Amino acid sequence: MNSFLNRNRPPVYCPGCTHEKITTGLDKALINLGLDADKTVIVTDIGCSGLFDTFFNVHALHGVHGRALTYASGIKLANPELNVIVTMGDGGLGIGGAHVLAACRRNLDLTLIILNNFNFGMTGGQYSATTPTDAIVGSEFLNQAEIPLDICAIAESAGATYIDRCSGLDPALPEKIVKAMEHRGFSIIETLGMCTGRYTKRNKLTPKVIDKIISDLPEKSGIIEKNKRPEYGERYRALSKERTRFFEAVTIEKQIDLKDYKKQEVVILGSAGMRIVTAGDIVCYSGLCAGMNVSMKNDYNITVLRGQSVSEILISPEKIGYPGIESPSVVLALSDEGVQRRNKIFANLKPGTFVLKEKSVDIPQTPADVFEIDFKELKIKKQDWALASLGVMAKNDKAINKEMLGYALKSYFNQKVYEVAMETIEKIFQDKKV
Amino acid sequence: MALSFMEGNEALARGAIAAGCNFFAGYPITPATTIFNSMLKMLPPKNGICVQGEDEIASMGYCIGASMAGKKALTATSGPGISLYSEQISFAIGSEIPLVIADVQRLGPSTGSATRGADSDIQFLRWGSTSGVPVIVLAPKDALDCYVLAVHAFNFAEEFRCPVFIASNKEIGMTRESFDLDSVKLPPIIERKMFSGDSYLPFEAAQDAAPPFLPIGGKTLVRQTSSTHGPDGYITIDPEVIAQNQERLRKKIHSARSRITLFEEDIKENTDTLIISYGITARSVEDAAKTLEKKGKPVSTLTLKTLWPTPEELLQKKAKLFKRIVVIEMNLGQYINEIKRILCDKKVEFYGQMNGVLITPAKIMEVIENE
Repeated sequence: MNSFLNRNRPPVYCPGCTHEKITTGLDKALINLGLDADKTVIVTDIGCSGLFDTFFNVHALHGVHGRALTYASGIKLANPELNVIVTMGDGGLGIGGAHVLAACRRNLDLTLIILNNFNFGMTGGQYSATTPTDAIVGSEFLNQAEIPLDICAIAESAGATYIDRCSGLDPALPEKIVKAMEHRGFSIIETLGMCTGRYTKRNKLTPKVIDKIISDLPEKSGIIEKNKRPEYGERYRALSKERTRFFEAVTIEKQIDLKDYKKQEVVILGSAGMRIVTAGDIVCYSGLCAGMNVSMKNDYNITVLRGQSVSEILISPEKIGYPGIESPSVVLALSDEGVQRRNKIFANLKPGTFVLKEKSVDIPQTPADVFEIDFKELKIKKQDWALASLGVMAKNDKAINKEMLGYALKSYFNQKVYEVAMETIEKIFQDKKV
Repeated sequence: MALSFMEGNEALARGAIAAGCNFFAGYPITPATTIFNSMLKMLPPKNGICVQGEDEIASMGYCIGASMAGKKALTATSGPGISLYSEQISFAIGSEIPLVIADVQRLGPSTGSATRGADSDIQFLRWGSTSGVPVIVLAPKDALDCYVLAVHAFNFAEEFRCPVFIASNKEIGMTRESFDLDSVKLPPIIERKMFSGDSYLPFEAAQDAAPPFLPIGGKTLVRQTSSTHGPDGYITIDPEVIAQNQERLRKKIHSARSRITLFEEDIKENTDTLIISYGITARSVEDAAKTLEKKGKPVSTLTLKTLWPTPEELLQKKAKLFKRIVVIEMNLGQYINEIKRILCDKKVEFYGQMNGVLITPAKIMEVIENE
């Protein structure tokens, strides 16, 4: 192809703006690479660098300030065949810093051209993340209290595999873009240039000064050996390919016919580490084995290894509406923390509610029927109290029976764990005091 | 018979898979994270892509890029994430990028309570973007709805080329419950209309429809832009072109309102009270209605599954027969404003609650009985 430039939409930059050189440089690079226009995408964001997508006859996406890399990543992940180029100014670099870091870390095969002209051209020459401390810009004194960042140094520490820095006026720019695009992985070229409309009006920045700035900074011209690693997309697809087993839904066949089963509300009050959620699941499975509708709400701390763990379960022959507890039929009080969390319910429990209380746990006054059990004496470990309590429920025909529990445990656990769990259940059934 | 057992979040993810979703990007946030977890277990075996963004803004950006490359994209978050999505949501609305956004709402404002439910974002979802272009917001009441509405959401997103929200709630998303997954009848899958013709203008469309689609990366060059654009996808300042496009963005959703309207009703003869609700609260309303019927004080109920665009015709038609309209919401009054606007000739009562716990059927009965 002779040129990728859009004849109908020639560059519209201020006279002397370096962006124009970078536009023609990018065009030359695309020609030299011999790319297909329909396999090439330019992604831009806000600012003068954000005009790039309009100048080229390739696929184009122009989006929100600083977010160009996010769209580019989505496009490249969706279609790895595409050559994806992102242009971004020093404004986009500042506001989208997190995305630049992530792109460096990730190493997805994108090419980022940063058009650093040391200020926000479009909005009136305000200072950006790259404005020198001593520059005179449209932000009064604000830049004098900050320092500019060196994106190449940052990119290197963030894991970028390819970094180049050059003047936007460098005659070798097309060749540099070609090399960056040929790199398999994330590549950054930081171009330094002149914003003639704003910045150079009050600051002495000439092509020579730009060359001096570049030679004073650590040289960056290509592959960063220490960061070398596979391209993200390839790595992602290889890892993803190993995941062949689809996550099927838990579906429980009805095994038991129950006559006259009434809606049950079970509350398990325990602590982290007591396998309360597992016990709640097993109660639900017990209901499901009998073809009942079930629902379960859990309440535990975000620090999952400490604090209360509460499970609230409904089992009903009818469709379940309100999924909260209204009138519990069974309450398992297995730890003080758990009881504290729901201490208000005890006073309102109905006579006939089955409250199972571990000996060491204190509960508030309640009109319910309270049964105490000493799991320690039974030599049942604390982590199995919840499971053992299900045995007590089954033995007393409260909400579940032994057949339901057996099916539930069998569906929930593998054979080995099932056998161990059943030992605990049998212990309860054989104990005369329970 | 066999019942399946899962959280609303897992059901929503399964619905997305059933709809043909093949791209997910998200950022962990309680109570939405398990949608991400589920997609991560389901997409790779189906050759789909599932990634974690560096933040919510990025996650939406990935979805936008992927959608423009032809993928069916889902993301999931909660209120604080919707705040960050906002700029990208505006882009997706204005530039007609199909997406599904699950908002598993939690108690706000701000970081609020990560593990407490509320219908916090009902107005935010409608108005949390620039320009005020209509959006589609669906509200599930249980896990089954999460599954089914995810398919509707994708269908609407594809047909209207817009982001579609599923306004779930912690109390649905993180509650595990049973439903008969195998016997669910899902709506037929709708795919975005592809362009077939000679000269493609990416935003050329019928007056009240979304433009036909071609992907970025296909044979025909495609332009996408967040800027005010004409049919060619280039920036424009032509007032007529701008006005036409704005009008079309509004019309494409409004003209299809009745089709987008999803609801459930239980209208009983000889009742003078209609309770209107949505989301998790609808389940308490239904329970309360059952008890009231047993007590010889029957009421009718209307459960909205589509909140935006507001089902105006439906509300007017259903409300006509009733003397008393009561709206119950798990917030301090958000959707009530819409209902009052539409039923401006009626006295509309309200009960709302914003304290991190569900509104109980008993509370609703109290509201209804203490007229």
